[in-house]
Amino acid sequence: MGVVASRLGPALLAAVLAVVGGIGIAEGAIWGIERWTADERELIASLRLNQLAPAPADPSNRYERLPAAAELGRRLFNDVRFSRNQAVACASCHAPDKQFQDGLPLGKGMGTGSRRAMPIMGAAHSPWLFWDGRKDSLWSQALGPLEDAVEHGGNRARYAHVMQAHYRADYEALFGPLPDLARLPQDAGPLGDGAERAAWAAMAPAAREQVSRVFANMGKAIAAYERGLSYGPSRFDRYAQAVVANDPSAQQVLSAQELKGLRLFIGKGQCITCHSGPLLSDQHFHNTGVPPLDRSRPDRGRAAATAKVQRDEFNCLGPFSDANPQQCQELRFMVTDDPKLEAAFKTPSLRNVALRPPYMHAGQFASLDEVVAHYAKSPAAVAGVSELASAGAGHAERKPIRLSAQEISDLAVFLGALSGPVVEGKP
Amino acid sequence: MPYRPLSLMLAGSSLALFAGCSTPPPDLDLSLQHPSANGRFIVALQPPPKPPAINQLHAWQIRLTTAEGATVQGARFTVDGGMPQHGHGLPTRPQVTQQLPDGSYLLEGMKFSMGGWWEIKLSIHAAEGVDKVSFNTVVAQPKAGL
Repeated sequence: MGVVASRLGPALLAAVLAVVGGIGIAEGAIWGIERWTADERELIASLRLNQLAPAPADPSNRYERLPAAAELGRRLFNDVRFSRNQAVACASCHAPDKQFQDGLPLGKGMGTGSRRAMPIMGAAHSPWLFWDGRKDSLWSQALGPLEDAVEHGGNRARYAHVMQAHYRADYEALFGPLPDLARLPQDAGPLGDGAERAAWAAMAPAAREQVSRVFANMGKAIAAYERGLSYGPSRFDRYAQAVVANDPSAQQVLSAQELKGLRLFIGKGQCITCHSGPLLSDQHFHNTGVPPLDRSRPDRGRAAATAKVQRDEFNCLGPFSDANPQQCQELRFMVTDDPKLEAAFKTPSLRNVALRPPYMHAGQFASLDEVVAHYAKSPAAVAGVSELASAGAGHAERKPIRLSAQEISDLAVFLGALSGPVVEGKP
Repeated sequence: MPYRPLSLMLAGSSLALFAGCSTPPPDLDLSLQHPSANGRFIVALQPPPKPPAINQLHAWQIRLTTAEGATVQGARFTVDGGMPQHGHGLPTRPQVTQQLPDGSYLLEGMKFSMGGWWEIKLSIHAAEGVDKVSFNTVVAQPKAGL
């Protein structure tokens, strides 16, 4: 041992001892052997991807687990014919080769949207879809952009005709006969331009219902496809599993700086307060003082969304849902009047987050360093009230997040360890 | 009604975890049966038999009696609560949806979005009077795999 010591020097010797003997060095100074308390180990263990339960069943979509529905949905997802200009598909803003997002601050379809496109992996775990949760199911979410003037810009009558022309057999095998569309207008819908809305209003109620059902079924097929999109394990997951297994050599998978970041993540950085569980999201809505794009017209986020989802004809309680009302618990027990919903946005998953800048609901920050620096600064909100305690103000409810420049960097580097593959699996 | 040792069911153990150093006060009253603020009622909360997973919707039951022990019929409740240490309310708006045949009330739409200390506050309106009551519960982090 003396010979070894003289050759390696004390620092390396300590590392060797740490690995061989499992001797932890306080604060993990050397080679990533970090000492964790039992509580910290439990927190780290709770973030492992292998602790993720299967996505809950969506009772409003009885087709969501059918492979044929998922395959039809995959084709619809990638088909630009479902757009006004024949150039926009779901995949345009949710590109399979780009983490099912587009890398842009604001979504670009027919026009430019007002928010950032969200990735789709793991979305089946969220009771509320979009940054503001204005949809209560994957299938209902999929329908929104199709009729939004700045996204696909089309209308449901047009889409029903496209389904009949190009997907009839596959559609009918799943959903039954398509209605007779021969006498219906090519373009009609309740959210279209003036002529389309007029054409929609002129249709008989039964015909409108038939077309809306075809449209809803398109969403249900797309949802079946999206249900199979998930995250694969990251280096963090391998590390966390090694911590659980008490396997020091396997813990080398994270660098010393990443470990410092992890300690901040579960500790004084308070990230885990909202970024909790295997998807690193509590799936809830928070105002964290993220600056709006336009200070004179701040985005109200969740506060403006609850009324939308309540009156949405494609919600869980609506005529196109397959659920019975008892099963629509999220909608029935939704918070609608909490002032904290003002300018609150959904906590995004942090899985693969380093692979998809820019960040926040309107791409406000270009880098993860900027994001973490925002939380360290905890500025007052322009609209509503930030949940974060500001450093100067005495906030009884929550401790301020205090991070040095080095700690901000450590946290941002740690977030890079949350990257793993995108998995396209069965619904 | 033989209530289970309720504080143990959700708390799991005294080792329940809290992120960001937000350990609940050590003297936190975790009893789920006590008098309402002005002593008008005795209120007991019963959580589901199996602790719900984080973010899982579930139902509790409320047993409401007068101070003398008589079951209170036809009471109306409003439900509030949240996490005092995180500055946010309940992620859902739970409601008492019905009175069950045994006289207890069904509190539906409960959900905890994270582990830690949660408050559940009830406002009670009944023919016998109006009162409020507040309970604490500590939701454990998932322990699977350890």
